[in-house]
Amino acid sequence: MQSELSGILEHVDRIQSLDLSEVEPTSHVVALENVMRPDEPRPSLPRERALEPAPDPYEGAFRVPSPNA
Amino acid sequence: MSIRELIELSAAEALRRITAGEISAAELFDAYAAVPDELNAYLWRAEPGAADGNGAGAGAEGPLAGLPLAVKDIFCTEGIATTAGSRILEGYVPPYTATSVQRVTDAGARILGKTNMDEFAMGSSNENSAFGPVLNPWDKARVPGGSSGGSAAAVAAGLAPWALGTDTGGSIRQPAALCGIVGLKPTYGAISRYGMIAFASSLDQCGPLTRTVTDAALLLRELQGRDDRDSTSVGIEGGVELPSREDLRGLRFGVPRELGPEAEGIEAGVREVFERTLRRIEELGGELDECELPHSRHGISAYYVIAPAEASANLARYDGVRYGMRDPDARDLTGMYERTRGRGFGAEVKRRIMLGTYALSSGYYEAYYGQAQRVRTKIAEDFRAAFERFDFLVTPTAPTVAFELGSKTDDPLAMYLNDYCTVPVSLAGIPAISIPGGLAQPDGGGPELPVGVQVISPAFTESKLLDAAYALEQAIGFDARPPGFGGGEA
Repeated sequence: MQSELSGILEHVDRIQSLDLSEVEPTSHVVALENVMRPDEPRPSLPRERALEPAPDPYEGAFRVPSPNA
Repeated sequence: MSIRELIELSAAEALRRITAGEISAAELFDAYAAVPDELNAYLWRAEPGAADGNGAGAGAEGPLAGLPLAVKDIFCTEGIATTAGSRILEGYVPPYTATSVQRVTDAGARILGKTNMDEFAMGSSNENSAFGPVLNPWDKARVPGGSSGGSAAAVAAGLAPWALGTDTGGSIRQPAALCGIVGLKPTYGAISRYGMIAFASSLDQCGPLTRTVTDAALLLRELQGRDDRDSTSVGIEGGVELPSREDLRGLRFGVPRELGPEAEGIEAGVREVFERTLRRIEELGGELDECELPHSRHGISAYYVIAPAEASANLARYDGVRYGMRDPDARDLTGMYERTRGRGFGAEVKRRIMLGTYALSSGYYEAYYGQAQRVRTKIAEDFRAAFERFDFLVTPTAPTVAFELGSKTDDPLAMYLNDYCTVPVSLAGIPAISIPGGLAQPDGGGPELPVGVQVISPAFTESKLLDAAYALEQAIGFDARPPGFGGGEA
């Protein structure tokens, strides 16, 4: 894994040689301003449905092992 | 009609016959459900006769009139297990359905099955699936491409008339090319990503894998649209027209030098099919000229910073708490996270999480992530400049035909270079379609295998792109079927 990661980074490092200091970075390709919607309450997933896929649901919550067992 | 005759029909032709009352949607569904899956294309399959039982409550009415559809296992489907090809989601049954799937089932499509894929859509060969590789219906010793390899193989082999896939750096177009079918990556924002399990959120896009260009248009028409639940979705203004163009007169096609037939690593057979396709474009009245996309040669480097960086953030949600698997042997909380992720994620996913967290780490962020985002800007600018001179750009979809299983698994970088021609398009967020150009032998000999040709167009010009691809498709007249079609021996 270590040598694979080094090989990939070596390839990726090619972009370091480009002088792009004047170029704006792109984080998103579609020009969008903030997308707003009215802040109105609407139904959400019932708690029981949201808990169904959990490995260890317990009394309406997600149970996990103790942090310092 | 026999099963073979039914599964030979394109989706558009099947739709016409259903509407005319010549065949029933249930008959068509059962024909597909009866074809044996010898390719490991499906992770879950509906039983024959189950057409009424799924489709999220949709009737067989609507514009898609009960047509069966395969869905990549990256889309959440209420009540149907969804794994994204990962152990970490084994047993996960989503409590809701992705908007894209909902839209097509509301339009009358019926889910035939969930298709195998590279884990979390990370891969170009389908060998990264936790549930075993998909085999190519043209030659079972070869890969179908990836990451939508199950969808591509299913459509090519007559296990589905069409399928949904996702494309982050080429994951619809490359498997479509390697399996000899049509694959369309729409403009980023054309289709909602809600309920589509996230890999790299600024790149991921849903799209159709089909046997014909008309079918791709038919499915895209139902898929596209703005969705309140995905604020990056905008839809395609004016919708999608079904293609009808018969020539390419007055249209200008650019052939990018960096991604063209002389680019590094392009096989001789691929070059030959590509050059034949260029002559077809001229015969149809299209104008051809060379062009340059100088920064596209840095596409793979930028992509393998940006995509892993976004993935490392997106995949942090898999922690064994709210859904999916949890390692049962952990004794404390930290142990639960470590053991769950250690056992739940495969090697490629771990590799990309490590690359991504490294690229985002303090001290390296500017040099890697910042620089890659600047390269992304330059790549998008190159395309914009090219589209001032050309209506379309055309490249091979992949540098090689389908390669042998296991031949690139020990060399991740060689695997990444498969996406050389598709990745720059993804970084620019623009649409591209891969259509079959013909058959060619791999370098070093072997069976004749499909070669894909990629046509690229400016953002949100899908109708024009489909129209041009349709004219080209008719002229090429590709009608070969793989030996594995309908369950035959590949």
